[in-house]
Amino acid sequence: MQKARIIVGLGSCGIASGGKKVYEQLQQGIVSRGLDLAIEETGCIGMCYNEVLVDVILPAGKTTYKQVIPEMADRILDEHIVEGRIISEWTITQEDEVCLDRQQRIVLRNCGKISPESIDEYMEQGGYRAIEKVIKGMSPEMVVDEITLSGLRGRGGAGFPTGVKWGFANKSIGDKKYFICNADEGDPGAFMDRSVLEGDPHSIIEGMLIGGYAIGANHGYIYVRAEYPLAIKRLKIAIEQARTHGFIGQGICGSDFSFELEIKEGAGAFVCGEETALIASIEGSRGMPRLRPPFPAISGLYGKPTNINNVETLANIPWIILNGADGYASFGTEKSKGTKVFALAGKIQRGGLVEVPMGMSLREVIFDIGGGIAGTGKHEFKAVQLGGPSGGCIPSSLLDTPVDYDSINQTGAIMGSGGMVVMDNTTCMVDIARFFLNFTQNESCGKCTFCRIGTRRMLEILERIVAGNGLEGDIELLEDLAQNIRRTSLCGLGQTAPNPVLTTLKYFKSEYESHIKQRRCPAKACKELISFAIIDERCKGCGLCIKVCPCGAITGEKKKLHVLDVDKCVRCGQCVAKCKLEAIIKVDRW
Amino acid sequence: MGCRCSDSFNRNRLSAILSEYQGKSGGLIPVLQKAQNVYGYLSEDVMLKIADGLEIKPSVVYGVATFYTQFRFSPVGEHIIRACHGTACHVSGAENITRVMTDKLGGLEPGGTTADMKFTLDKVACLGCCSLAPVVMIDNDVYGRLNEARVEEILALYR
Ligand SMILES: Cc1cc2nc3c(=O)[nH]c(=O)nc-3n(C[C@H](O)[C@H](O)[C@H](O)COP(=O)(O)O)c2cc1C
Ligand code: SF4
Ligand code: SF4
Ligand code: SF4
Ligand code: FES
Ligand code: FES
Repeated sequence: MQKARIIVGLGSCGIASGGKKVYEQLQQGIVSRGLDLAIEETGCIGMCYNEVLVDVILPAGKTTYKQVIPEMADRILDEHIVEGRIISEWTITQEDEVCLDRQQRIVLRNCGKISPESIDEYMEQGGYRAIEKVIKGMSPEMVVDEITLSGLRGRGGAGFPTGVKWGFANKSIGDKKYFICNADEGDPGAFMDRSVLEGDPHSIIEGMLIGGYAIGANHGYIYVRAEYPLAIKRLKIAIEQARTHGFIGQGICGSDFSFELEIKEGAGAFVCGEETALIASIEGSRGMPRLRPPFPAISGLYGKPTNINNVETLANIPWIILNGADGYASFGTEKSKGTKVFALAGKIQRGGLVEVPMGMSLREVIFDIGGGIAGTGKHEFKAVQLGGPSGGCIPSSLLDTPVDYDSINQTGAIMGSGGMVVMDNTTCMVDIARFFLNFTQNESCGKCTFCRIGTRRMLEILERIVAGNGLEGDIELLEDLAQNIRRTSLCGLGQTAPNPVLTTLKYFKSEYESHIKQRRCPAKACKELISFAIIDERCKGCGLCIKVCPCGAITGEKKKLHVLDVDKCVRCGQCVAKCKLEAIIKVDRW
Repeated sequence: MGCRCSDSFNRNRLSAILSEYQGKSGGLIPVLQKAQNVYGYLSEDVMLKIADGLEIKPSVVYGVATFYTQFRFSPVGEHIIRACHGTACHVSGAENITRVMTDKLGGLEPGGTTADMKFTLDKVACLGCCSLAPVVMIDNDVYGRLNEARVEEILALYR
């Protein structure tokens, strides 16, 4: 029988949705009622669209309330806790539960279940038993073999087999070796790693311990981006707890294996996610990639053999050790084993984190689990962006593509770290390409000419296209630059920077052509190519639009038809959002 | 506003930070981060003292500091607003949110600070709360599912 308790979701999304106030309100209510009830916090369960989530666990079972606001706290305590009646109109729906049921949770096994600040709860779920098993009964080489057999591939983007990588570092000779966890999560639109760090930090520590043992490293670093203060805080707590329990330090689990662990805070540079740049950054230099070989396994941090793995990769490790390579390999496809976590965001109904077996189709992930396009059915799916600045946009005709490394690569996108940004017909594909080029152009470290200047030139071309000043031949120019940037860049950033342009050109060329030839943006998203107009028959003269217009472009008397002065309008779109009668629309400008 | 490092309290804090990292490898970035926490930004004076303290060339300190977007070289406002312009926020209307922000803050453009030193406005590349897009972070608090109308509401909490 479980003890009675209330658990509040306090991942970043939960906090952003007001979770702390809900927590305080519940806490006060418990005290003022004198209830014998514990209140705890947990990380991200993945249903971020339903935050704030509150679990009530009574001997009779568990109930989850969604979209809780502080005002709901009293009723939950009075009706549910005191009188024993579940408030059914506030609980998560069957649909929400189906979404959870279709997932396979290995990486997220503890996220949203345990308190991330409690090592005891982690250990109750089998935590730190994998490192014990490894130390007491496996040689480093056996660990390497087990991970190789599992088929686990790196989740940081490139998909390199983790066991093989560990094998290199294991064989590499050095008086000191390092094990680094890459928690720089730079892809804008991805947040899997943050959720794991915030929701289950001990699993990363345990994964690193096992990796350190396997390659013979006694020193580890976790390189976390500075934008994740909560993740850093919880990692620090977890490291201290692991130290007090004897999992970090000298003589771990009674053996002669020792391991020290430090957090390094990033300072804001996307390129530092690249492993050689990350190493330079830990060493205190500018984070600029260098030529490989030598690979970090031979000469990495301070010239010593070094292994680098992504957060999600590491979270898999303890599970594989406890459940066996076969258990892991039973999920997924022939060449992509196990599960993958995806961060669903953008124009999606149920945004959040999902973990599914590799090989599930994009359609299942986006529509069956994610609930499809957000809103009331007015808009349709246009594309899904995978792999961030290194990836591409996959159109609806390819929605049946299975999510595994090779199938996604064939579309021209990449699996990347697992960010899936869904776009509907109001998103302009040329603008998205411009958006990513702006990003990579900004983040290029500047070492290679084509990456530094070529991306700048591509951006300029895209900027003139979205402004309606595109020229005949611009598409060819983009393609030409893309090939050269690809060929002549040193690191992944430059090599993949053209992907967003190439995939949108491949699947949405007509949008480019409309912009260039007709000065038309089919999605009506590019500001320079649209104007706003009021439909006479629809406007009832409520005056709401006048109130929000920042530049006095709309005039009209109450209850009379309003008029919009195109010359004064700065095309901010606020009036469109405000008008309840949908009387204001976007029209082609030219 | 001049450099604040001349007051002895803060000067001591810089010395304390420096002594913690002297002779250690990889110390420059943490020192810059901690110094920025104390002073709010990195003045030329502070960077020179850091170069001195860690016995590295000032050009190296400057080179590293300017490489990373976290470091600032002019004083910041009391509250830092980070408007997310990552992919998810971009497709969910981040551009409009930031524009309204600029309007409400007397024309403050991203990268700048209001004349009363109350607010600094920055564009950032993803705050990791993409499912709540569009997102804005003020100091350490994250605000999600924003719309134009809510901008003034959240700004008011800091005015
Ligand atoms: C520009 C660039 C940015 C990268 N950013 C990240 C990142 O944020 N997180 C990450 O884990 N890997 C990132 N990588 C991949 C790493 O270089 C490296 O392959 C990975 O951390 C290895 O771990 P894995 O084998 O577990 O995937 C990036 C690579 C490049 C070229
Ligand atoms: S490809 Fe770009 S980011 Fe990578 S090393 Fe060259 S210039 Fe730097
Ligand atoms: S908000 Fe719509 S209905 Fe009201 S005055 Fe404006 S256009 Fe007319
Ligand atoms: S789009 Fe903006 S500027 Fe133009 S009329 Fe509407 S509110 Fe006014
Ligand atoms: S952060 Fe709470 S469900 Fe995602
Ligand atoms: S894209 Fe804005 S929070 Fe991630």
